Formats: sequence, structure tokens, C-alpha cells
Amino acid sequence: MAPPSGESPLGNRLDPHLARYAKRTHGMTASEIRSLFAVASRPEVVSLAGGMPNIAALSMETVSSTVANMLATRGQVALQYGSGNGDQRLREQICEMVGLQGIAPHPDDVIVTVGSQMALDLITRIFCDPGDVIIAEAPSYVGALGVFRAYQVDVEHVAMDEHGLNPEALRETLKTLAAQGKTPKFVYTIPTFHNPAGLSQPQDRRMEILQICQSAGVLIIEDDPYGLLGFDGHIPQAIRSHDSDGVIYLGSFSKTFAAGIRVGWAVAPHGVREKLTLAAESAVLCPPAFSQLTISTYLDTQPWMDQIKIFREVYRERRDATLEALTQYMPEGTTWTHPTGGFYVWVTLPEGMDGTAMLPRAVTARVAYVPGTAFYINGDGRQSIRLSYSFPEPDRIREGVRRLGGVINEELKLMHTFGTLGAARPSVSSQGSTPGPDVV
Amino acid sequence: MSTHSALRVVVLAGGLSHERDVSVRSGRRISEALRNRGVDVDERDMDIDLLPSLIADPPDCIFPMFHGAAGEDGAIRDVLDLLKLPYVGSNPEACRLTYDKPLAKTIVARTGIFTPEMVVLPHEAFRELGAGAVLDAVEKAFGFPLVIKPSKGGSALGVSIVHTAAELPTAMVSCFSYADCAVIERYIAGTEVAVSVIDLGDGPVALPAVEIVPDGEFYDYNARYTAGLTEFFAPARITDDVSQRVAEAALTVHTILGLTGFSRSDFIIDGEGVPQFIEANVAPGMTETSLLPQAIEAAGLDLSEVCLALVNDAIEAHSAQA
Repeated sequence: MAPPSGESPLGNRLDPHLARYAKRTHGMTASEIRSLFAVASRPEVVSLAGGMPNIAALSMETVSSTVANMLATRGQVALQYGSGNGDQRLREQICEMVGLQGIAPHPDDVIVTVGSQMALDLITRIFCDPGDVIIAEAPSYVGALGVFRAYQVDVEHVAMDEHGLNPEALRETLKTLAAQGKTPKFVYTIPTFHNPAGLSQPQDRRMEILQICQSAGVLIIEDDPYGLLGFDGHIPQAIRSHDSDGVIYLGSFSKTFAAGIRVGWAVAPHGVREKLTLAAESAVLCPPAFSQLTISTYLDTQPWMDQIKIFREVYRERRDATLEALTQYMPEGTTWTHPTGGFYVWVTLPEGMDGTAMLPRAVTARVAYVPGTAFYINGDGRQSIRLSYSFPEPDRIREGVRRLGGVINEELKLMHTFGTLGAARPSVSSQGSTPGPDVV
Repeated sequence: MSTHSALRVVVLAGGLSHERDVSVRSGRRISEALRNRGVDVDERDMDIDLLPSLIADPPDCIFPMFHGAAGEDGAIRDVLDLLKLPYVGSNPEACRLTYDKPLAKTIVARTGIFTPEMVVLPHEAFRELGAGAVLDAVEKAFGFPLVIKPSKGGSALGVSIVHTAAELPTAMVSCFSYADCAVIERYIAGTEVAVSVIDLGDGPVALPAVEIVPDGEFYDYNARYTAGLTEFFAPARITDDVSQRVAEAALTVHTILGLTGFSRSDFIIDGEGVPQFIEANVAPGMTETSLLPQAIEAAGLDLSEVCLALVNDAIEAHSAQA
């Protein structure tokens, strides 16, 4: 069609910086699914989406007195720049904590980070060039997938079974990659109370995975934010406890103290830790001294293990409510995991159902979850959803699962009408399938 | 235009619809625009505290920017009418007619404006008659491609363009996840334009058409709200004659649906240069990537001045009515 007269008007893409963005930003787009999570923050909605620690179980008086104590005794240090690898005293305390999981590092092996998410970012930064391959469980932690995507890393998913990462599948994947001339930079795993699957690797499974990786010369990144939150009080021994050179261990205070404090850590072999420290300094100069010293004071002055026991009980009660409600309200053909710790239940919908396509109906019914596609790099996971029970009260969880049962039943009717049960779906990017960290 | 330092406006944004996120962003932009003209703006969500606060401390005017149900379906405006509070934009009846896409298309078509052929089918129709038979009939009548969309709602949520029979069931399920009733339209190839209409007290005026050229197949949610994924031309690259026809069509839509203050109508200019009406909006998006603000700029107007004029006009109209 011809323009009216004279020159055509110039097009406008509404972002003058468009030509300047790095290639890695090309997948960063608005998302229909992500927009739905905006509704999940409303009180009318039972959100089983975000994995929010239950801070209500932490005494604010304790936190307040801890901060006051810290400022009175170490205020000048807390409000100043600090060391790039973190406060010396806190690193000593972290060594004591990880001792519970059988790890016995020197404080110099510990790098304190802004949440373990930053440790994951730094590790990927120092090990991975664009196009490098890493291995992760299928499904895997959405925050890790975001980091890998940002560094343009190719993620090879390895299947899980009821005991977590499947060793046979891992062997096969390593063999296939080797045949392609590829050596993965690392295997990323969450062996304890997995996010999102809610599964834990038994000790013999951990040893087998370690041996496979040792044989293949592949580093393990062991992400363990939930390790102390086993409902029976049992603390599994970390993979790192069996190999101090081949495993980088990531921990966090987000679930054992408070997520808002943003302090995590990595325990790494000496060569790695030097590079991590340099990378950390270029990223943030130093982790926040105020947060570190607050936690350090808390660990020195408060019965922190008792607080962890309180958290365990809070989450156990909510896990129980979730499992009971799932039994009561889920239609035939739905299955789910039975976590013994942590925050999450992984629900597999009846054959052919699509948790991503169902989300608008769920939001209309005032219940939210995270579609399974968020936990795969390749758009798989449509038949699954993740439920987080950490934050809502047990009665709200029961109500949320009841609503979810109704939603699934409605969706089943619809799918029977259109004969889409078992139909192939187009793959979607997993990037837009997850809520922001603040969505509850 | 004078500055009204004492003017108090409540901008309503958020709500519980699927478009909450977009509504919040639209509301924020309207609020900033009004504050730029010295207006005292309070941004409020739709919640249990809203009505008591409006009753206890009524503002001079309300600017509803809820998108989706309860925002664009007339409900909130019905309540504002009950409270006798002035607000910007269309009355409840006009909202109800416009928000129901097939109803709006039917009313608009009676004026002689073209609109893509459609069928409107609730889930029950497929269940009772058999989805296969119904979809076969649709396919035979319209052929492919087809446009599948919820009968209500915006931001292209639940909308699909379907090219083969195999894609139809999945598109229908996606559509019914957003609404209980589906519109199946014949696909019209052509130039997509949006024409905004504003009425600042002297009668409705059509702003320059904005042409939409998404990178992908159609102007979906991502293309709407990710800067860079769509190229816009304002004014649209259409002939003067077509430009006039589509402007007249938008004014007709605005009038026939009883719209007030501002609206946006979406058209496809087909291969013959004929504007085909797609839908109208009573609370069009006002985000950084939305179409109405681009049309205002293309017309040489200022968003702040337009918003303030809309507020003043709403207050005057309310006073006159009282």
C-alpha cells in the first residue's frame, strides 16, 4: 500500500537502545505467563507459586536485638567496606555449620556471597564461555537456569527418578557428550530436598554420582539451601563431605535465618576460591558487611539451631497439609512427590495435560502455581507443576489445593471435549514461566 | 490549559484480572502525567478498602485504568455511578457493549463498517455438539487461517492464529483458559492499525492511526509489552483516503457504542484498503509501549494535557448532569 504523500514516516520500536543490547538479552521478553503472577500477590489468591521462607516463624524481637547488639559492638565495621571473600568470623561460623553436613573446610575455603544465587553466577562466570555445556537435573532450579541462560551456556538435562538425579542417565549423557567431543564444565545438582522436585538423593546415590563425575573428570556444583530443613531432623551428608577438590558446595542463610538478609556462601577448592574472590570483587566489591555481621552476631548470641527446629516444624505442618489436600482433591491420574524436607511438591498432571496452558484458569480460580516448563531449559515439563507450601497457612494451602483440584477437573473436561489429551504441544521458552522472587 | 493545584484525582489500577500487570503500568503512567500538571493523584487498587475511602474522602474525579473484567466490563463504573462520583471515560452500558467483543462487532457491523466474519461458541456448544463436527463446519465455512480469541479480555491473552486443523484443539483449550466463550474469526491479511479517539469537550476527534508491525506472526502479549519486538508507524503508512476512512470508522465505533472521553479501536486494513473492525477498548493501555500515547504524540499533543483535559471534562459533565 502506498504512503499518502512524500516520505514514509520512520518506524519506532520505542527503545532507543535496542541496537546496543548484548545477544544474551534477546530472550528477555515480556511474558503472558509471567504477567499472570502479578495477580498472585493479591491476598484473594492462594499462591503456591513462590518459594518464600516463612519469616513469620522468626522472632522480630530477636532480630531487632541482634541488630542492635551488632551495631553496638561492631557498628564501625558493619557500615564499612569489607573483605571480598567475606567476614573472617562469619566464615569460621559457616565452617561450623557445614560441619553438620560432614564438610570440614578451612575458613579460607569459604567465599561469602550475596545469597547463594551470586555464588552460582560467579561460578558460571569463571567456568563457562558461551556455548559451553553443563549438566543439570530435569527439572532443575529456575534461578540456576536463568544464570546459565544469561551466560549463554548449553544445558543438558539429565532425568531424575524417585531418588533424584539418575546415575544411569548421567552416565549416558556424559557418554553422548564425549562422543560429540564435548566435556561438560560441571554437573549442577540439588541433592537434598530438591527444588522443584522435593526429592533427596540417598547416600549411596550421592556416592555413585560422585564416582561417575570423578571418573569423567567433571566438577560437581552441589547446591544445598535446604539441607538443614529435614522434617525428621536428619541432616544428610553433603557430596562435598566426600571430595573437597571435585565439588563446590553452595549454602545459604535465606532458609535458616532470613532471605532478606541476602547472605550465602560457596565452599570451594583453593584455585577456584581465588578466582571466585576476584570475580566477586569485580561484581560487588564485597558482600554487605551489615548483613554478614548481623548473621554472625545472631549465630554467636542466639540458639540458631532451635530456630531451625521451629522452621522445620512450620514447614512439616504445611507439607502435611499439602499432601493431605492433594490426596483429597486431585483427580485420578495425578501424582506427586512426598518431600521429607524443604519447600516443594512436584505434581504430575494427568496424561496430556498442560500446566502452562492451565495457569490462566487457575488464576481466575484464585490459586497460583509455577508451571513445570519454568524448570526446564527446553520447554519440557508441561505436564507438571510445582507447588510451594512454605508460606501460606495450612488452611490456606488446603483451600488452594481444593481450588486447584477444581481447575484441573475443568481443564480435563475441556481437553476431553477437544480431544487434546496426549496431544503434542509446541515447545515454549521456559524463561517466562516463572514468577519473580517476590511473588507469594 | 490551566494548572489545578487543588485538583484531586484517584487513579484506579491493578485489579484481579489477568491484565493486572498492564493495568498497574498504565495507571502509573496516567498518574505521572497528571502529576506533571500539578494534580494531586492517589493511585488505588481494587480492594475492600477502596469504596470506604472514596466515600469518606471523595476525590474531584476518578480515572479508571483497570484492564479486563471488573475494569472494562462496566462493573466498577456502575459502582462509581451509585456513589455519584465523577470519572473519566465511558459509562457502564457502553463498557458492557464494548467489552463483549462479538456484541460490539455486531453493533458496529450494523453501521456498515466491515468486520471479519465470526462465530461465537461457548465451551458447552462444543461439548454438546461434538468439537470435531463444529470445528469441521467452521473450517469449511472460513478456511484457514483462523483467529481464535476469548470473547472478553484484552492484551491478546488467549489469542491464537491457527493454520491447520491439527492446531485447532490446542488453540481452543488455550482460549477457554481465559474465558468461557470463544470467538472464531476469519483471518484477514492486511495492515494492522489502531485508531484512538479522544473527546476533550468539543466532540470526539480521531487521532492519527498507529500502524503495528510485530516481528512475529501477530501482535501478541510479548510483542505488545516488550519494547523492540514491534515496529510502530505513527501516522500509519496508509493513503490519505484510507486514513480518512479508518478515522471515520473509529469515530463511528466510538459514537455507536456510546463511548465517552477516550477509546481505541483496532482495525485491519485489508488488501482492498477497507478497514475491518476487530475490537474497541474503553480503557486502552497507557504503558510505555501502548498505542494511545503514541497517537497522542503523533497528533502533536501532550499526554499530560490530554489527561488533565479528560479529567476536567469528566468533572464538568458530571456537574452538568447533577
